[in-house]
Amino acid sequence: MSKYLVNLTINDIPVSVPEGTTILAAASKLDFRIPTLCYHEDLCVAGNCRVCVVEQVGGRALLAACATPVGEGMQIHTNSAVVRTARKTIIELLLSEHSSDCTKCYKNGNCELQSLAHEYRVGDHVFIDLVNGKRKHIDDLSPSIIKDDSKCIRCQRCVRTCDELQGVSALAVAYKGDHQKISTFLDHPLVEVVCTNCGQCVNRCPVGALIEKTYVEEVWDVINNPNKHVVVQTAPAVRVAIGEELGYNPGERLTGKMVTALKRLGFDSVLDTDFTADLTILEEGTELLTRLKRAVVDKDPTVALPMTTSCSPGWVKFIEHTFPEFLPNVSTCKSPQQMFGALAKTYYAQKKGLKAQDITVVSIMPCTAKKYEANRPEMRSSGYKDVDYVLTTRELGMMIKQAGINFQNLEDSPYDSIMGESTGAAVIFGATGGVMEAALRTVYEVVTGREVPFANLNIMPVRGMDGVKEAKVKIEGCLPEWKFLDGIEVSCAVAHSLANARKLMQAVKDGTAHYHFIEVMACPGGCLGGGGQPIPTNEEIRSKRAAAIYGEDEGLPLRKSHENPEIKMIYEEFLGAPNSHKSHSLLHTHYLARKKY
Amino acid sequence: MADVQQIIKDVTGIYGKERKALMPILQAVVKTKNYLDDQDLIAVAKALDLSAAEVFGTASFYTFLDTVPRGKNVIRVCKTISCHMAGKDAIIHAIEDTLKVKTGETSVDKKFTLLSANCLGWCHKGPVMLINDQVYPELNAEKAIEILQKYQEED
Ligand code: SF4
Ligand code: SF4
Ligand code: SF4
Ligand code: FES
Ligand code: FES
Repeated sequence: MSKYLVNLTINDIPVSVPEGTTILAAASKLDFRIPTLCYHEDLCVAGNCRVCVVEQVGGRALLAACATPVGEGMQIHTNSAVVRTARKTIIELLLSEHSSDCTKCYKNGNCELQSLAHEYRVGDHVFIDLVNGKRKHIDDLSPSIIKDDSKCIRCQRCVRTCDELQGVSALAVAYKGDHQKISTFLDHPLVEVVCTNCGQCVNRCPVGALIEKTYVEEVWDVINNPNKHVVVQTAPAVRVAIGEELGYNPGERLTGKMVTALKRLGFDSVLDTDFTADLTILEEGTELLTRLKRAVVDKDPTVALPMTTSCSPGWVKFIEHTFPEFLPNVSTCKSPQQMFGALAKTYYAQKKGLKAQDITVVSIMPCTAKKYEANRPEMRSSGYKDVDYVLTTRELGMMIKQAGINFQNLEDSPYDSIMGESTGAAVIFGATGGVMEAALRTVYEVVTGREVPFANLNIMPVRGMDGVKEAKVKIEGCLPEWKFLDGIEVSCAVAHSLANARKLMQAVKDGTAHYHFIEVMACPGGCLGGGGQPIPTNEEIRSKRAAAIYGEDEGLPLRKSHENPEIKMIYEEFLGAPNSHKSHSLLHTHYLARKKY
Repeated sequence: MADVQQIIKDVTGIYGKERKALMPILQAVVKTKNYLDDQDLIAVAKALDLSAAEVFGTASFYTFLDTVPRGKNVIRVCKTISCHMAGKDAIIHAIEDTLKVKTGETSVDKKFTLLSANCLGWCHKGPVMLINDQVYPELNAEKAIEILQKYQEED
């Protein structure tokens, strides 16, 4: 930002802001809200919807506040009669092309267009209704996302999201004029193109044109089925965001209340994906050490390094499409969600004396790609579909509201057992850098017998919202069996959101960057900024969720995955050792190269 | 396909492999084979490291960058108001009758595709049609058919 201050008045109140500030930002400094539709804090300015228009005294035309920088001496009015009329007309024009059956719409009650229509009290049939002439086109073939063009206002937030944040560009603007639409390549269904199912576009679509595919009714049905034992698992990032669906400010830690609510919804057992996050660290850490040993001791030229994480299904699908040559580098570990499903229908079933076919596994995830992941044909190690239904944080909020539960008054409850115990290392999986930090806490200690040399176990270099982060950890004083690692500096990189992942992998491909271990999360901020998390999202909200996650970690008595007593138990009773034959058959998977075009 | 690769090579030789090469390549392909098929769009996306959706989005924006098969000669009759008033309907009917196609269709021998177009900037000399890049102003039905015959005789 420039150091020069520009003086102007907004609604007759003087304000000074740095040169380059938009009128929108200057007004917000004075607590004047200007309505927006195409504008989004995470994205570049598009300036195409025009609902943010304001009046400049002496100016000929109205100005788009989101796209116009302030000028010295400007006198802006954000709510004059001209402005109000213009905005109302714009909204009415948008609605003339919009299939506004709000009562039957998934976004009813959480729609930016609906709110504006309400705020401006738009008239009925002011303009000729152009909706009926248009062919209604709904793409509901993806297990994750539904795209309904008849609801689209062509704000292009999704196009900018998929391009700027994700570097995927599965969506683009096609055709023009009244034929203009948001389209994939040749308008193919999302399942047939490079879409990663990350849902970032869903998080930013102001209306009901891009929504998650919901499985709430299926879950109610199975809860009400007396013959089914319904197990629910909750991902780390859900507990710090569910509050936003239920009247709390961002950044509230609500683990205990969430568990109580899930019990009240009627789940037979409320368990934690964090348990299998801890398990992932043991499996993935062992895999990394094995790969390092093969490289350093056996001098095996075929060993694929750097190894990358595999817990983010958006990332997995991205690398399958974009860098298939790096598939051997992706850890073979399934994601914690899928490890959980496979174990729920084997280990848990065995311990509880249940039959796998009588168990239904429901996941609550911050993610739309998890819906896709659960449907991958590889994810049936138990002999059944390992995870039956995946709901987003938003859908859980909806169920809690549907059940009439007064969430704010609930007592805290602990998770059920078994597979409900976890450590702080698992909780931080929900933030970018968390898997790396959790892995380092365990791997370093396994190899040296000492705690990782960072104050209070907090590995600060891998935390925070920088797009690509790097850390180097020198391994010294190894235990005898790991002597070969003595003196090695383990080089790590962390990327979040796929545009950053693409840059990182391109650097690895070009040979300009060298690492041993890479963590990638498909979404900005990691899972806490996932496509299934509460709407809206921006950097401030994501930072608050991150602070809550790290707060949760610090508050837990156990903060290293290998110290989780249930993890020790499952290896003793069931799996044997990390990367054992049994682990491999239940907890590991393989990937396939997909076409890039 | 092979010729499309050659076109891409030639055009990127001039403009580089930047995004700015996109329009020239698309135009060059259409100039050679009259339309862009799916494989052409993919080949262009690959060459410029763009997403296929982006290339499709760009091509679909421009009326003259066809993404459906077209005949050897593309006829575009102006349908905008001045040419309409000057009698474009008669021209269209005459061509439809001669070629046995409706507007939007391609003749069986694949020699002609008949399309309508928005204002071609020749309003003072309407009705107007365009065959490939050639403008034919001040038409009447007979003149239009005569012109078509010239193209029909060519091979
Ligand atoms: S997208 Fe919004 S305005 Fe449109 S029908 Fe749905 S709720 Fe109503
Ligand atoms: S799908 Fe949603 S985000 Fe994309 S252009 Fe349409 S309304 Fe905007
Ligand atoms: S889900 Fe993700 S990859 Fe797919 S279109 Fe939306 S933003 Fe792009
Ligand atoms: S919000 Fe400013 S033009 Fe859309
Ligand atoms: S109206 Fe036909 S050329 Fe302009």
